Amino acid sequence: MANTATQMGISDEIAIQIENMNKWYGSFHVLKDINLTVNRGERIVICGPSGSGKSTLIRCINALEEHQQGKITVDGTHLSSDLKNIDAIRSEVGMCFQHFNLFPHLSILENCTLAPIWVRKTPKKEAEEMAMHYLEKVKIPEQADKYPGQLSGGQQQRVAIARSLCMEPRIMLFDEPTSALDPEMIKEVLDTMIELAEEGMTMLCVTHEMGFARQVANRVIFMDAGQIVEENEPEEFFNNPQSERTKLFLSQILGH
Amino acid sequence: MTNSSNASYVRTEMLGEKPAPVGQTGIIRWFRENLFSSIPNAIMSLVALWMIYLVLSHVLPWIFQSSWNANSLKECRAAIKEAYGEGTHGACWAVIRERFLQLIYGFYPSELYWRPNLAFIGMLVALAPILFNKLPRKMLGFTALYPFLAFWLLWGGSVWLPFMIITGFVLGYVAFTMLPHYIGTLGATIAAFLVPVLFWLLLAGPFASGMQSIADVGLEPVESAKFGGFMLSILIGITGIVMSLPIGILLALGRQSDLLIVKAICVGFIEFIRGVPLITLLFVASTLLNYFMPPGTTFDIILRVIIMVTLFASAYMAEVIRGGLAALPKGQYEGADSLGLDFWQSTRLIIMPQALKISIPSIVSTFIGLFKDTVLVSIIGLLDPIGLSTNIRADAAWNGIIWELYGFIALVFFIFCFSMSRYSMYLERKLQTSH
Repeated sequence: MANTATQMGISDEIAIQIENMNKWYGSFHVLKDINLTVNRGERIVICGPSGSGKSTLIRCINALEEHQQGKITVDGTHLSSDLKNIDAIRSEVGMCFQHFNLFPHLSILENCTLAPIWVRKTPKKEAEEMAMHYLEKVKIPEQADKYPGQLSGGQQQRVAIARSLCMEPRIMLFDEPTSALDPEMIKEVLDTMIELAEEGMTMLCVTHEMGFARQVANRVIFMDAGQIVEENEPEEFFNNPQSERTKLFLSQILGH
Repeated sequence: MTNSSNASYVRTEMLGEKPAPVGQTGIIRWFRENLFSSIPNAIMSLVALWMIYLVLSHVLPWIFQSSWNANSLKECRAAIKEAYGEGTHGACWAVIRERFLQLIYGFYPSELYWRPNLAFIGMLVALAPILFNKLPRKMLGFTALYPFLAFWLLWGGSVWLPFMIITGFVLGYVAFTMLPHYIGTLGATIAAFLVPVLFWLLLAGPFASGMQSIADVGLEPVESAKFGGFMLSILIGITGIVMSLPIGILLALGRQSDLLIVKAICVGFIEFIRGVPLITLLFVASTLLNYFMPPGTTFDIILRVIIMVTLFASAYMAEVIRGGLAALPKGQYEGADSLGLDFWQSTRLIIMPQALKISIPSIVSTFIGLFKDTVLVSIIGLLDPIGLSTNIRADAAWNGIIWELYGFIALVFFIFCFSMSRYSMYLERKLQTSH
């Protein structure tokens, strides 16, 4: 059971609640009976073999993927097919992708100000100040006038984080944010994420960075074949895995 | 060097940057590398040079040993013979000189030439802020008004007619921006279509004649039959180009839509138009369309042709843009979605700018094709430059002249099309954001 130390900064308020969620791609059952409750301020790392549905799971939370059964509630808003609800949830939930998905035709600054200006109707000047604030936070304010194509992968991912933060989201989703990066750049992105975690952001990360999981996660979730196989706090999860599947997975990725 | 006793190697200082080796330049080297790098290459170069010489040695004397002052082909030939000797085949440019105004304006009344001239200058001013985004954005206001201004300048008539058309658009816009609050977005969109149409059908006529009786402002009307020459080509071509891009964008979006009926209509339209030759559509415009109109209505022939050309080009445009949309990574849609942008925002701000950028070369090709296709209107009897050239050649004085007329028409078309092509290259360079 979680001890008091790891519960620090976590409120009783529920940020995300997923109840009996099922999803199919055509006839392929990708997510099976997912139940997950995330409290505000919690940092959750989701890991598992490829094809286990972990990315699909977090993409369901901001409706990038549609689920067919079950109920998802994000920040008190029930996720239905109503477009207004979906847009409202998306503007509260930030997301970082494996391939960054920055907008190559816009400068770094414009990438960051776009959503605040058009979705939040923030005045341009204010949006730019906020963008510079978050670019400083991810330590690349000097790149503001460049274009994404001129930046390294690690810098691009940090811009993507800043871009999400400019919407001042209450929840951040990370979909394998370091998988497309060179080893030397992984650290700079993880440092940014750790800093974010320390400030109490509610985070769901799909990642294979087990060091990161140990350091910041309150809970680690292991998925296989579309279902949650094991869920525990990091120390227990790594030192004392219960399921055979988890043991096998951990031995594969920590074995060398 | 490493050896067996000392296998490890540690660099103690990093190397600085050195300038790249100076290129071995020089004209002889350039010739050797580009034209005579091998024996087959050298032979091909020599053959090519010889062919260029052959063409130029015949064409250049024809162009320059020519006559500019004559009233008929016979006079022209005589003048060339006199100036350059027996057996010289010079061009008779006099025909261009004599019929220049006709080739430009058709049979537009000569005392009113200032109107198309002004419309042409206005067109350049109106296009400038679209083509070059460094110009002040306020100029776009003029761009929005320009179509009505040009319509009024070219055809003349009461100023109140274009005024009423603008009013219709303004009413539609007002309906679209004010009403969503009361009747929802869909209702407002429908209202934005219905309000102007109802206004034009029911109120615009009485209003316009009422205003006309109060303030009689207008230009002398010029009927469409008098339009001709390059003025007509530019009128049809530019209107088609400007209208086909937005319609093409909507069709391309419609074709990708999840809404089944919208998708079916767009696919049906695109496939039908692409499956039919333009000339058939023009025949429909010139003859059949009037059968579908209520009796007594006259629907201007140039307007009908413009509509057909626009529809034709928009179908091609839609497919070109669909190509651009397909080339865009799915991540761009997801990136936009994840930030909470709605469909139209993400389309306008993220998807379309990139899809259009990818499709610039094909879009401009379609524009160029459309502009050149305007000469097909000569087949339904409009007097575009090709139609006029047939008339000119039927004139007893110029009977038998071919190359000069078509050469001149080709040159003017080339200038327009080449400018478009160069502009598209400029645009591609300007929009280049990855290095």
